[in-house]
Amino acid sequence: MTPLKNIRNFSIVAHIDHGKSTLADRLIQNTGALDTREMKEQVLDSMDIERERGITIKAQTVRLEYNAADGEHYVLNLIDTPGHVDFAYEVNRSLAACEGSLLVVDASQGVEAQTLANVYQAIEVDHEIVPVLNKIDLPAADVDRVKQQIEDVIGLDASDAVEISAKTGLGIEKVLEAIVTRLPPPEGDPDAPLKAMLVDSWYDAYLGVVVLVRVIDGKIRKGQKVRMMATKATYELDRVGVFTPKLVDLGELGPGEIGFITASIKEVADTNVGDTITDDKKPCAQALPGFRPAQPVVFCGLFPVDANDFEDLRAAMGRLRLNDASFSYEMETSAALGFGFRCGFLGLLHLEIIQERLSREFDLDLVATAPSVVYEIGMTDGTMLELHNPADMPDPVKVDHINEPWIKATILTPDDYLGAILKLCQERRGIQTDLSYVGSRALVQYDLPLNEVVFDFYDRLKSVSKGYASFDYQISDYREGDLVRMSILVNGEPVDALSILVHRSQAEYRGRAMCEKLKELIPQHLFQIPIQAAIGGKVIARETIRALRKDVTAKCYGGDATRKRKLLEAQKKGKKKMRQFGKVEIPQEAFIKALKMDG
Amino acid sequence: MFEMARGGDNAFGVYVHWPFCAAKCPYCDFNSHVHRGAFDEEDFVTAYETEIATLAERLPNRTVASVFFGGGTPSLMAPKSVERILAAIQRHWQMDNRVEITLEANPTSVEADRFRGYRAAGVNRVSLGVQSLDPDALAALGRLHTVGEAVAAVRLAQSIFERSSFDLIYARPHQTLEAWEYELTEALALAAGHLSLYQLTIEQGTRYFDLYEAGKLIMPDPDLSADFYELTQELTAKTGLPAYEISNHARPGQESRHNLVYWRYGEYAGIGPGAHGRLLIDGVRHATVDEKMPFPWAERVKARGHGMTLDDALNQEEQGDEYLVMGLRLAEGISPERYRALSGRTLRDEQIAELTGIGFLSQLPNGNLRVTDKGFPVLDAVVADLAA
Repeated sequence: MTPLKNIRNFSIVAHIDHGKSTLADRLIQNTGALDTREMKEQVLDSMDIERERGITIKAQTVRLEYNAADGEHYVLNLIDTPGHVDFAYEVNRSLAACEGSLLVVDASQGVEAQTLANVYQAIEVDHEIVPVLNKIDLPAADVDRVKQQIEDVIGLDASDAVEISAKTGLGIEKVLEAIVTRLPPPEGDPDAPLKAMLVDSWYDAYLGVVVLVRVIDGKIRKGQKVRMMATKATYELDRVGVFTPKLVDLGELGPGEIGFITASIKEVADTNVGDTITDDKKPCAQALPGFRPAQPVVFCGLFPVDANDFEDLRAAMGRLRLNDASFSYEMETSAALGFGFRCGFLGLLHLEIIQERLSREFDLDLVATAPSVVYEIGMTDGTMLELHNPADMPDPVKVDHINEPWIKATILTPDDYLGAILKLCQERRGIQTDLSYVGSRALVQYDLPLNEVVFDFYDRLKSVSKGYASFDYQISDYREGDLVRMSILVNGEPVDALSILVHRSQAEYRGRAMCEKLKELIPQHLFQIPIQAAIGGKVIARETIRALRKDVTAKCYGGDATRKRKLLEAQKKGKKKMRQFGKVEIPQEAFIKALKMDG
Repeated sequence: MFEMARGGDNAFGVYVHWPFCAAKCPYCDFNSHVHRGAFDEEDFVTAYETEIATLAERLPNRTVASVFFGGGTPSLMAPKSVERILAAIQRHWQMDNRVEITLEANPTSVEADRFRGYRAAGVNRVSLGVQSLDPDALAALGRLHTVGEAVAAVRLAQSIFERSSFDLIYARPHQTLEAWEYELTEALALAAGHLSLYQLTIEQGTRYFDLYEAGKLIMPDPDLSADFYELTQELTAKTGLPAYEISNHARPGQESRHNLVYWRYGEYAGIGPGAHGRLLIDGVRHATVDEKMPFPWAERVKARGHGMTLDDALNQEEQGDEYLVMGLRLAEGISPERYRALSGRTLRDEQIAELTGIGFLSQLPNGNLRVTDKGFPVLDAVVADLAA
């Protein structure tokens, strides 16, 4: 057990690419936790997707041993938090497990929207914050300007910011000293009943479910019978230890310490991030505040391209859920797409990651329907139901009102693109709440309905700002909206997978855009195909795909039936990639592309 | 009403491929080669005789309904070579007393000089690659003859052979409907009983393909191309040469028996470089292809007795597909029973009803299913719907 005064628990807050992982690597190296041979880049990001995308999905911890200038020996626990807003709750819990943060800002880029969102979260959990300016060796670095920015925008004193280059190793020692001297030690009572926070958990093929914990009071020991206060499940602990980042068994962790436990826990879904772990026989009086179960906010349908892959898809989803309890799925049947699953995600990045893992790790070809948010439907009989799929919309006569989720969006952009961005936000029913300047850049805050953002807002923002704007958001509240269900009819038949809930003011514009898009995406048939967008029985937009007029091979070379047959085989194969809908064949990509707005 | 020419599933045809051309045409993706330097034609023809002998052993007791010399340019052959090949066929197989023997010829004056020789060798039908009656178009298509030569060759052929036909290519870059109407009217006045009218198709591996990809060849859009097709059907039907196949027109009874063997999915042997065959051996249909390159083909024949590089037994689905893609090109259509016998499956009633409902398919009094005149311009899509 380490004395409380010699423990420092900290996390690193940064915008993507500002050098968080590189700094973490340097701290590990400088304290000798791993030698150069053992180092590989971004030690803490263990999944392929994490390393490739430079984002962290699961929290990781590393315990560093450091002999400080004051002659004392310190234990420094770094929690590498998930770096994306989709995992806001997980970030919040990871931060709550520490007393301080390093705020890493790229000295050539300055403060970004994501930096802001993350640093505010750290401030919210009362962190002491040490600003660190990274990449000061770059010619474009402007230390004074960025310090000024930190003071103006975030309101932190940046005069004693640590100036480093994580890449070259310059200034790393100063960072370690700042952690020891400027961040507070944790508090806790070693003699009180055990109270520990479940920070995160994951599935390991050898160890089973590994749980990251921060001990608040008391001690957690190997062999101890503990209780999870939210799930009320009890477990006898098999192992107790820390990551250095190598796994080291300690047998016991005391107050202020961060480490891992394992027990015979079957799946990650049995462990809830933020839950309180206590002794089964001598429980603590009160659970830790701030716990809430994971709530998916974005839903979409995932269907196998080949109907025969359905069972494989089910198995793959089960495997993914073993390690990611925040992802949910249930079976769904679509007239257009057959059997598949309605899946819930924490956000758009989470959705993308799951989709990518399904195709990459499980080799499945999938059709994804347009993402939708969770609506609250207030029925005329006074009940409220949650709507995850626009196709399940109840009879409008029975609907009294519909509430939709809103977000608080923070956008930081060079002044040149401000006009276009404001226009985009206005088009998406945004309400401007703040507009200020940070040097030559504008900081815009908007309240936006999430359903206007889930689909292609981010793509559009990147395109109107040539990639220079940064964007972040937090779910804020539910508000009543004048929403209607728009159906798409192809050749007179409604296509369930294409129906969306849309604000009445946007319906005509969206309907027209969808019909035009579908006209491009659906190939010509032997007959004319009307495409209509309708609200209830009223058609609000219409396009027509003309009938095919010419498609014939004029000549075949002396008895070469093989070539003609191969052509037919290719045609038949192409048809398998289409979804038969009534008499019309719709290409799979149409289901997602139809909803993209080209602006 | 004339009876349609004989041919079909129990007829047997022999295709002979002559792979040489004087020049390669920019639109042509057929197996043709321009050879330079010395060439021992007599020796090369020996390989044909050998391959015929070998095939006849595998296919005994056949009666030959048709022989077709295609290419390449068979009219570059010495009449003696044609005679030797026909003699070999006759040695190994029975000849039908109405056997049709066709030779493809280019309408240059040099080649026309050999017509009498071919007639003496046994050829009774020629098919001339006229391609256009417009001088500028002939030049653009890379043809080596003039309009005058072509017309003279057609007339000469008509006087020498019992039957003859010629080919035209239309829906060419920059061609207008008016110009085609004029050209086709002239052609119809010139034609005897048979005419092949092909829309220009851009094939991979040709000079036209490269030009097209580079945006230097503007092809008619699908609408104009459909208009070309409709105009063609109208004019030919009016003149008594209706389409009996997508691109082939004949006075009833004057159809090419050889091509009917292909389209009725009959049996045919392929002789010569790159030739395709469909052989019925012990009730199993085989797809065969010969080595494409002329001299390696001849070497192969010398070494093994045949030039085949592929000899695959076709499964039921493949046979069904081939019957559909070939048979539905014909105005007489396909027999649903035969399709069932070949493929082991039946065409879906609702699919037939749907295509019939929109006027692209019709059932004939004899029970055959045919693609209608309205459906012909979109044949490939109709077949894909039926086969899926």
